[in-house]
Amino acid sequence: MTIPLTQEAISAEIAGHRERYGEHLARGGAPSSHPDRAYAPYRGSLLRHPRQPLVAAGDPEMVELTGPAFGVTDVTELDHDLTRQHTGEPLGERITVAGRVLDRNGRPVRGQLVEIWQANASGRYAHRRDQHPAPLDPHFTGVGRCLTDDRGAYRFVTIRPGAYPWRNHANAWRPAHIHFSLFGTAFTQRLVTQMYFPGDPLFAYDPILQSVTDDAARERLIATYDHTLSVPEWSLGYRWDIVLDGPAATWIEEGRA
Amino acid sequence: MTSAPPTAPAPTPPAEPSPTPSQTVGPFYGYALPFTGGGDLAPPGHPDTLTLHGHVLDGAGLPVPDAIVEAWQPAPDGSRTGAPGSLRRDPVTGAVIGRDTVTFTGFGRVATDADGHFTLRTLPPGGVPYISLIVFARGLLHHLHTRAYLHDAPGLTGDTLLARVGPARRATLITRPDGPRTHRFDIRLQSDDQHEETVFLDFG
Ligand SMILES: [Fe+3]
Repeated sequence: MTIPLTQEAISAEIAGHRERYGEHLARGGAPSSHPDRAYAPYRGSLLRHPRQPLVAAGDPEMVELTGPAFGVTDVTELDHDLTRQHTGEPLGERITVAGRVLDRNGRPVRGQLVEIWQANASGRYAHRRDQHPAPLDPHFTGVGRCLTDDRGAYRFVTIRPGAYPWRNHANAWRPAHIHFSLFGTAFTQRLVTQMYFPGDPLFAYDPILQSVTDDAARERLIATYDHTLSVPEWSLGYRWDIVLDGPAATWIEEGRA
Repeated sequence: MTSAPPTAPAPTPPAEPSPTPSQTVGPFYGYALPFTGGGDLAPPGHPDTLTLHGHVLDGAGLPVPDAIVEAWQPAPDGSRTGAPGSLRRDPVTGAVIGRDTVTFTGFGRVATDADGHFTLRTLPPGGVPYISLIVFARGLLHHLHTRAYLHDAPGLTGDTLLARVGPARRATLITRPDGPRTHRFDIRLQSDDQHEETVFLDFG
């Protein structure tokens, strides 16, 4: 029988990656916003990252400078409210999560699809493979969709998800998070990520969040409590703005003005 | 009160915002991202329909059963605007009913099955010899872009990207014939003892 990995061992690896990243910056290396795909503290990454460097696809005619379009037929009015998808109210702390989707130039990403999924208040996903023995909530599935408006703004009403255990190492717990999927104007701007809640004591222990070794970049995954978004007698508000990386479809947009 | 200066100072351009980091799609996207008919881009029964299928494999050569493959391509006429309606909804029940049977949206999304296998049914891309793909998976902290070059497509020999990739790895970008109008395209996230890793792309 193999001895399960301890949190201490994983935390030491996390510290090692941070140290090496600090040295990289000290040598004048460029900061990086994204995780290194080869991030051993997240054991699932070991066999699932390319060993070869990516190949530059620098061709101005490339198809990936455009991207899929979504519209009113793809989303219904109720999809942004995860608390109203069943006959009853889900258990948990009702929250509003809102923000804007921007590109690297600060321009709003308009009319694009935002998808979210999350565990329920007890930390359980409505997914057959989630074996965490926390209760399912018959009034909560945990899936939402919306389109960004003309300002690039999105808004969801949901409940605050619970933390949940996983099998990366002994006593591994994911900090509470909401999964997000985003499209830009170009396929190169595609983003799947996770939003976290401020002040979570699990941050330091979690190899998935810590895979973002740049401190400032990691902060950008954490929403801000925003009292102006809180609704009296109803819900607490969190603001989370999202910036899509990658080149935008400027050569198309010139024609759109 | 003095008059305004003759020229207003040029507004300082806002600082370029920093990108939001990627995180893994995780294992539990299955009830959220895949949708009915997600891999069926071609209108049903369309005579030009081609099948693009394969496995997503890891560095041990094992299938990846919790990956998602997304496809994006021009319409057969070369148009690159796509069209809404990939996730068309039933206004009564709210369920995803999928594309109308006419519009070509250019976008597809399929989760791999228990065998790590995915299938897309689509129309030939207009003007380019490839279908653009993105792979997401549990264990993959940042998605990967690649292209499935159709082995029988016109324009394959003159393609600038294929020309830039060495011959050994070039083959990982080109489909293999696998029956009538059927293209096999395996995606290897990591090389193993016997196989080259798929070429993944950086768009800068
Ligand atoms: Fe999760």
